[in-house]
Amino acid sequence: MTAVTNAPPNERSHGGQAPPPPKRRRLGDLKVAMIFLLPATIGFVVFYIWPTLRGAYLSFTEYSLLEAPKFNGLDNYDRMIHDSFFWNALVVTLEYVVINIGVQTVLAVAIAMVMYRLTRSITVRAAILLPYLVANVVVALVWYWMLDFQVGIVNQGLTWLGIDPIAFFGESNWAIPTIAGINVWRHMGYTALLVFAGLQTIPAYVYEAAEVDGAGEMKTFWRITLPLLRPVLVMVLVVTMIGSFQIFDTVAVTTRGGPINSTRVIYYYIFERAFTRFDFGYASAMAMVLFVILAIVSLLQIRLLRAKESDLA
Amino acid sequence: MNVSRRTLLKAGLAALAVPSLAACNNGAAARGPGEVIYWLWDAAQLPMYTECARVFREQNPQYSVKIEQYGWDDYWSKLVTGFISETAPDVFTSHSAKYPLFADKGQVLALDEFVTKDAVDLGIYQKGLADRWIGADGKRYGLPKDFDSEVYFYNSAFTEAAGITPEQLNSMTWNPSDGGTFEQIVRRLTVDSKGRRGDQPGFDKNNIKVYGLGYGDAGGADGQTSWSWYAASNGWKYSEGEPWGTKFFYGDPKFTETIGWWRGLITKGYMPTYAQAKSGVDVTTSFGAGKYGMTPNGSWMLGTYQTLKGVKTKLARLPIGPIGKRLSMMNGLADTIWAGTTRRDASWAWVKFLGSQTAQDIVAKAGVVFPAVSASLPAAKAKFAENGWDVTPFLETVEAGDVFPFPANPNAADVTAVMTPAMDAVMSFEAEPASLAKANDDVNQILSANA
Repeated sequence: MTAVTNAPPNERSHGGQAPPPPKRRRLGDLKVAMIFLLPATIGFVVFYIWPTLRGAYLSFTEYSLLEAPKFNGLDNYDRMIHDSFFWNALVVTLEYVVINIGVQTVLAVAIAMVMYRLTRSITVRAAILLPYLVANVVVALVWYWMLDFQVGIVNQGLTWLGIDPIAFFGESNWAIPTIAGINVWRHMGYTALLVFAGLQTIPAYVYEAAEVDGAGEMKTFWRITLPLLRPVLVMVLVVTMIGSFQIFDTVAVTTRGGPINSTRVIYYYIFERAFTRFDFGYASAMAMVLFVILAIVSLLQIRLLRAKESDLA
Repeated sequence: MNVSRRTLLKAGLAALAVPSLAACNNGAAARGPGEVIYWLWDAAQLPMYTECARVFREQNPQYSVKIEQYGWDDYWSKLVTGFISETAPDVFTSHSAKYPLFADKGQVLALDEFVTKDAVDLGIYQKGLADRWIGADGKRYGLPKDFDSEVYFYNSAFTEAAGITPEQLNSMTWNPSDGGTFEQIVRRLTVDSKGRRGDQPGFDKNNIKVYGLGYGDAGGADGQTSWSWYAASNGWKYSEGEPWGTKFFYGDPKFTETIGWWRGLITKGYMPTYAQAKSGVDVTTSFGAGKYGMTPNGSWMLGTYQTLKGVKTKLARLPIGPIGKRLSMMNGLADTIWAGTTRRDASWAWVKFLGSQTAQDIVAKAGVVFPAVSASLPAAKAKFAENGWDVTPFLETVEAGDVFPFPANPNAADVTAVMTPAMDAVMSFEAEPASLAKANDDVNQILSANA
């Protein structure tokens, strides 16, 4: 890599006196630190740890919400294996995540690059963040109206252009891409800002060196920007992908799992089982499986993309 | 007084913690022993029930009612979480699709003792209504407050332009093979993008401007506002031993041929495809935008159709089916008492009052729903007439007793979870009507597993 070999010697890795280690751990601050940590810890335990443990327990029970839970071992997990709705939900969710994260990440990097090269204007940055500031449900409803088959403005526009109107939410093949698209619209600005922040950490000298070496715009992007952006991208991918797997609200206010089962994503299915069909034990079991899937996906991403190392070092 | 800062801090924290923990309770202790919390979901009915609460308070100074309203979607999940956390309202509006489960789980109070003790006259209600609230276990779980039925809402400008008279609209016949005069009317009401009607030469079924018939969804397990009256007037029943069906008949040829005919209207171009219908915001919005000649709907939607200013809407009777008469589903709401209430007597007093003619006269005069008490009905009719509605088509079937109940059962949510995707698949031509036999097996399996 031209960029790295041309970099000036890194001060940190080439000696320079490290500060002397502190002689004594300041245990005196511990008490105060604990007091400051306490509120966050209480919140974490009460709202995260406890519900997670209870969810794990309930996943081994038959629990209708209105009667006490009955322990039934691995029954729920066994049912899951034979439940075609569960597998369908996983496939649908995966389809959503692939479209959502794929499109969103590409667009976010593109927007960030354009901003980085063209403007540092605070106004532009704020404007790009705007969709993210609107509540999810509102965004979903507004798009639901705009994409209405008969009275929506988008289909009126398509008709005007001579294209047949599209049943965005009604056609099985369109429903997931439509919902994914709506969430791309809402989140890409925010993601772009994260990437933009990452771009600013890339030192200017690397680009200067590339220019001296005669690298073109595209080559610079592929050979310098993207590799140096990797740690930030991994963080962005992990966070957005976890969020993406948890798609719920857009489905809940628009298609509610339909048409047929084409948008019955895993979160929505869990919700349906738990709160409309009172099958809380089974819903908990599915939630545990989702938890494991997310943990594995995140670990894989961090491992495969070597998040801890930066090419700058 | 010598109080250290530490003690003060502890006391302060304790003082903060106590009310916030107590707030998790719905304040049963905090409110007076005679105060009843009452829930309903329809915002349009809030004013009249507020008035009922005022009159109730006048008649029973020892009691008072606090009304809370939540939209339909929040209502049921809030109610269930209320049951679990013991913060449910003392009295709430209930629906026949929901109460059987609550009764099954012991969450609603049986009213038999109260009814006997106070000698409540159940004969004042519209025929058959009070019995809807007798659960599968033979106990009574509510006093009826209103009822609803179905008709067609039609765009009268379109029917006039098509040369269809109100007499024709009100004497339609239907059968599953050629659709009868009903289908002829729907065909004539359908207009393609070049202005040709469904029964005119050159009609282009692929480019439709106005569909003769609109629909909101595939109907799921009940088809209340989509197919229920066709199937019923074809001699079909939802289940054995209605209304507490233990074995359903969604695989019956009488049902599948009805659905086969119904979805055939899509092929013929008289009804939008399922994808288009589901992609709309809702059926009334499209009707209001002049996209449909007529749409079937329930009486609770009168207020919504009233707000559609762009179209002139009128009502037409359901068609007469193969069995020789027109049949409508009759459903209704009732007030039920939560089993965990700490205010039984006050709750019962309120339920009894809401089920009385005094309260239902107030409800009737608002002209939003049809009251359950027969004697209050004329007042409602008059109010609807004042708003430009001749509601006779809704009432005829009910008065003649040509009605059938909403298919209730304690596993309604599970049945819906099977039937909704199954019906969706048929209406979107991804499965044949014969596939409903398989869905029916699944339904019956759920029922036998939970019996």
